Formats: sequence, C-alpha cells, structure tokens
Amino acid sequence: MAGATLRKAIQVNSNLQMADFIQHLHPALQALIRVVLFVMPSLMLVPGIIWWERRLLSWMQDRIGPNRVGNITFSRTSRFVPSFLQGKKFRLFGLLQPIADGMKLFFKEDITPSAVDKVIYFVAPALALFPAFALGGTIPWGPYGFLTPVADVNIGVLYIMAISSLGVYGIVLAGYASDNKFSLMGGLRSSAQLISYELAMGMSVACIVMATGSLKPSDMVTAQRGALWGLDFAPFTWIENWNILTPYGLVAAIVFGVCMIAETNRPPFDLPEAENELVAGYHTEYSSMKFAVFFMGEYAAMFVYGVILCTLFIGSWHLLPIRFAFMAKQYPAFGDVWNMLDTLNGSSILAPVFVVLKAVAVVTTYIWVRATLPRLRYDQLMSLGWKSLLPLAVANLVVVAIWIVASRVASPIMGLAAVAVSGAILYALYKAINKINVHERPNFASREVLMVDEPPQTREVELVEPAAAAS
Amino acid sequence: MGGVTVTPELLLFGGVAGAAALCAVGVVAFNNAIRSALCLVVNFFLLAFLYFTLNAEMMGITQVVVYTGAIMVLFLFVIMLLNLGGLKLVTEKFDYKRYAGILLGCGLFVVLGSQILPSLATIQARQLSPDLAKFGGPEAIGRTLFTSYVYPFEAVSVLLLVGIVGSILLAKRRL
Repeated sequence: MAGATLRKAIQVNSNLQMADFIQHLHPALQALIRVVLFVMPSLMLVPGIIWWERRLLSWMQDRIGPNRVGNITFSRTSRFVPSFLQGKKFRLFGLLQPIADGMKLFFKEDITPSAVDKVIYFVAPALALFPAFALGGTIPWGPYGFLTPVADVNIGVLYIMAISSLGVYGIVLAGYASDNKFSLMGGLRSSAQLISYELAMGMSVACIVMATGSLKPSDMVTAQRGALWGLDFAPFTWIENWNILTPYGLVAAIVFGVCMIAETNRPPFDLPEAENELVAGYHTEYSSMKFAVFFMGEYAAMFVYGVILCTLFIGSWHLLPIRFAFMAKQYPAFGDVWNMLDTLNGSSILAPVFVVLKAVAVVTTYIWVRATLPRLRYDQLMSLGWKSLLPLAVANLVVVAIWIVASRVASPIMGLAAVAVSGAILYALYKAINKINVHERPNFASREVLMVDEPPQTREVELVEPAAAAS
Repeated sequence: MGGVTVTPELLLFGGVAGAAALCAVGVVAFNNAIRSALCLVVNFFLLAFLYFTLNAEMMGITQVVVYTGAIMVLFLFVIMLLNLGGLKLVTEKFDYKRYAGILLGCGLFVVLGSQILPSLATIQARQLSPDLAKFGGPEAIGRTLFTSYVYPFEAVSVLLLVGIVGSILLAKRRL
C-alpha cells in the first residue's frame, strides 16, 4: 500500500542502521554527538530568533523593520550582468540582518574601561552564555532514545532548576566588574529578581513532578501520552493528557511561563537593563563581541526555555494532542489512516521540527508580551513574584496533592471533582482574605483633597438663542 | 597506587577533588572579597561533581540548587552592597595568637589524618552492585527521609520556619 510505504520511508525506528552504529561507539563519543545535536541547532537558531523578534515587533508597532539586508536588485542595463538576471530582484526579507549585526559587532573596537576588574570582566559574558546551553541537557527533543536527551538522569528536572539558578552569575559579575553604579544596580536587581522568581518556578514544576511521579523529563513526556485526565470513556480516551489541558497543569504552565520571562530578563521584567533608569544596566560597559555574547546567551536561553515549556506542558514532539495509535486499535476499520496520522503526529522524522515549532511559538509569545506590556516597577515586580505567583503555585501544589489522593483512592472522576472543589475553596479563601485586607486598609485610589487656595469660581455662561439676540 | 586500580572514574574524581581543594585554598588566599566568594562558588560547584562521581546524584544537585544557586548569590549580593574593595595592606606587629593558630591547625590536621589515613591505606576498590548504586537517587533518599527519618525531617522543617518567622520579625517590626 502506498500509505504504508510512505510511512516506512519517514518513520525513524530504533532498528535503523544509524541507531545501531551510534550505540556501538564509545560512550564519550556518543555523549559528544548528543551535545552537538542539541547545542548546534539552538546556537544556529539564535540569528533567526533575533530576526523574527525585530520583524514581528515592527509589525506589531506598525513599522517595517529590517527587510533589506540580502536583497539584490540586478541592473537592467549593465553589460556585466548576464541577460537572464537583468532586472531580476532577489529577496531575502532581511534574514541576513543578524549576520550583518554580528559582523558589525565583531569588527567594532572592543573598549575595556580602565577601572574594571579585568578577570571577572572577561569571564562574565562566558558565564552568561553557559547556562543557556547547559539548560537543555536533560530535555528530550524527539523519539530517539539513542540521540536525546544528552543525559536521561533521574534528577532531570532538578538539573534544569540548578542550571537556571546559575544564570544569575553572569549578570551579577558583569555588573560588579564594570565598576559602574548603573551596572552594579542592574546586577543587584537581577540577582534579587532571579531568586524571587526561581521559587515560584520551582513550585510550578513541582506540580508536574507530583502529577507525573517522576523527576525525569522523558517520563513526563511519556505521562502526557495517556488518556486525558486519566478517564477511560469515549471522548477523553482520544485525547492525550498534555499537562496544559489539565486544570492544575494550566495554572502551573501560566506560572512557569511568567517566571520563565523573568528568568531570562525579558520585557516586561527587564529591570536589570531598564534603559530609562540604568543606561543599559549590567552591560553598560560592554562593547563589541562581549556585548553580543550577552545577547546570544539571552536569545539562546529564550529558545531553550521554550523547549522546556514544550516538554513539561505541551506534549513535547507530538503536533496534536490526539491518540492516533489508540484510535487505530479501537477503530480498526480505518487502521491504516490512524497509523499514518500517528506517524505524522509524532514518530516520524518531523518530530524535532514540531519541538522547534512549539519552542518558536513560545518565543513568539515572549515577543508578543514584550510588545504589549510596559515594564513593571521594581515593587510591582517583587509583589507579583512573592504575593501572586508564589501563593498561586503553592495553592496549585495543594490541589495537585488532593487530585492525586482522590484519583488513587476513588476514581479519576472523583479526582477531577476534588480539584474543582478544592479550587473553589481556595478561590473563596483568597477572596475572603482580600476582603479583610480591603476593610483594614484605606483605599487610596480615590480620596478627598483639601485645597488651600480655592480655584476661582468659573463664570456661568448664559446661552442665548442667536435669533433672539439679534432681534 | 597500592591496591587501588586507576580507572577513568578515579582520575575524574582526583581531578575534580584537586580543583576543589585549589579553590578552597583560593577562598582564604585572595585579598579581594569578591574573588574569595567566587572561589567558594566554584568550590561548591565542584563539590557537586564529587558527589556525582560517588553516585550521590540527589545530594550533588541539591548542592548546586541550594549553595551555588541561592546562598552564594546572596553572599555576592551582600558583598556588593557593602562594596568591599581590595584590602588595604596592614602591617602586623608580632602576635603570638598567630603561632598558636598555626600550631592548633596542624594539630587538627594530625588528629583528622590519624583517623582517615590508616583506613585509606587499606582501602579496596569495590564494584558497586546495581542495587547499591541507586542509593543516592531521589527515590532512595525520599523513601528514607519520609520513613526512617520523618521526625528529624519535620523537626528541621519547623526549625527553618522558625528562622523565617524570626528574620521577618527582626526585619519588619511594624507589619
């Protein structure tokens, strides 16, 4: 059958020769291959993401953005242009702009201020780049056990938390070493910000860890292949249990997403580099390639965090949350169709493409948020992290615990009911606490103002009909 | 090397341990407070790798999350806020406390060494059974913490809570 041949052609099974070849290499070589396969694509995607951000931002702000670099218009009259090219236009939509930027930064004079702490000043950009690439060490990006993840260790999620908490060092040290008060302020802000949002992030990830019962990202991906909410009747068995489709997973995903933006110092949480207050924050004194390295780290981290979000919450390398393999077993009349769709949905060579697409979708959300929201004030940032996200994530943790107990002891339906009830109780509690607070504290949104000098009373204008005035 | 066979694991362990020891020396040897703190950061980071090479993966990753990722950042934060620059050179007079300190330090090394070195000399490299190799994993540690050691565990959590409440009380008299 044509369908079956096509399916065989695009399916990547572990019985392929390549898997066999790689599994017989030295373990160190295998590890090197895995590292290169993760780091190289995320490094190569950085210029693309920069271009995408600049173009998308300009479209959102009603500008055109960089669209010229790489365009060639051949002369209509010159004798040096071959006739088939004359008058032709070659468009690249400005895709080479990041490369042009990179060249410019590379050839710029690298100024090192005289008062800096030399060693730390040189090490800081490298330290900022390191976590961005180390972050994805335990994240699987496709159904190939022999290629990904770099290390499928039992502490995978903790590893992600550990490495993301190291991200602060590059910024703090850059701020300190620059010997500049603005840089120092930027570094201090960033360390406070990262520590605050690390907590809520850890709590939101803990929800998924509890729901999955494992600390391995690959186990979390497997858990998301089950039936929706663990139910075993018709419409729910067709749908995969992506964490974002569960009530607690949705809350955890929102908390994780907000913390993720804060962890990468992106707007609206880009206080460490707030240009109206701190010039350019921690990288004020950096120029040329060192400045570019900071930005590379930021954009690579954006992408890798996108991959992490996609792994933990939105089903990793499956395009649609539909269990085609199950449908093939359940409805064998269209077995071939279901199997074909299953292959296309996740077990073909397209799987890494879906991961990249989802990660780019997350990056697009980053850019959208940047274009939409103004930068937070420092106290707003802190109160969002400590007073909103952390309690929300902890309440979510309680809800997940209740769901686990109810669905293990009784049934998945009882589990869902327990989630609804406990969610309602927690919401009512939140409202009640809010009410108490509102009664205790005066509301300063509107208050009476006593004016010392009364403004002069405005004269009342008498309106007269023009016709009556004339006569 | 006595009865110990040199394996890649041993070489890795030795390299990491040597680097960690160097960093530990750096913590006390540097004049600059920031350099010392950075040496401590690297030392904690390498300590985590020592735990990894000894199969205690949970311990190692906790080391990175808690010490390298959180506590040392706060250290750096405080040092930067105080803005400690390079140390001004101080010429010290003769001080007998210094010699007493050196003597006591050597004494401590002798006491510790006399306990550790004899057992090191007779150590045998053993292959860990796959069952025992999991002793440092999250499952084993979680099971132990929540069964045999649940009372000490809860007591420690209460202690930490007391610490948090106390620090808030000290910092914010008027809530």
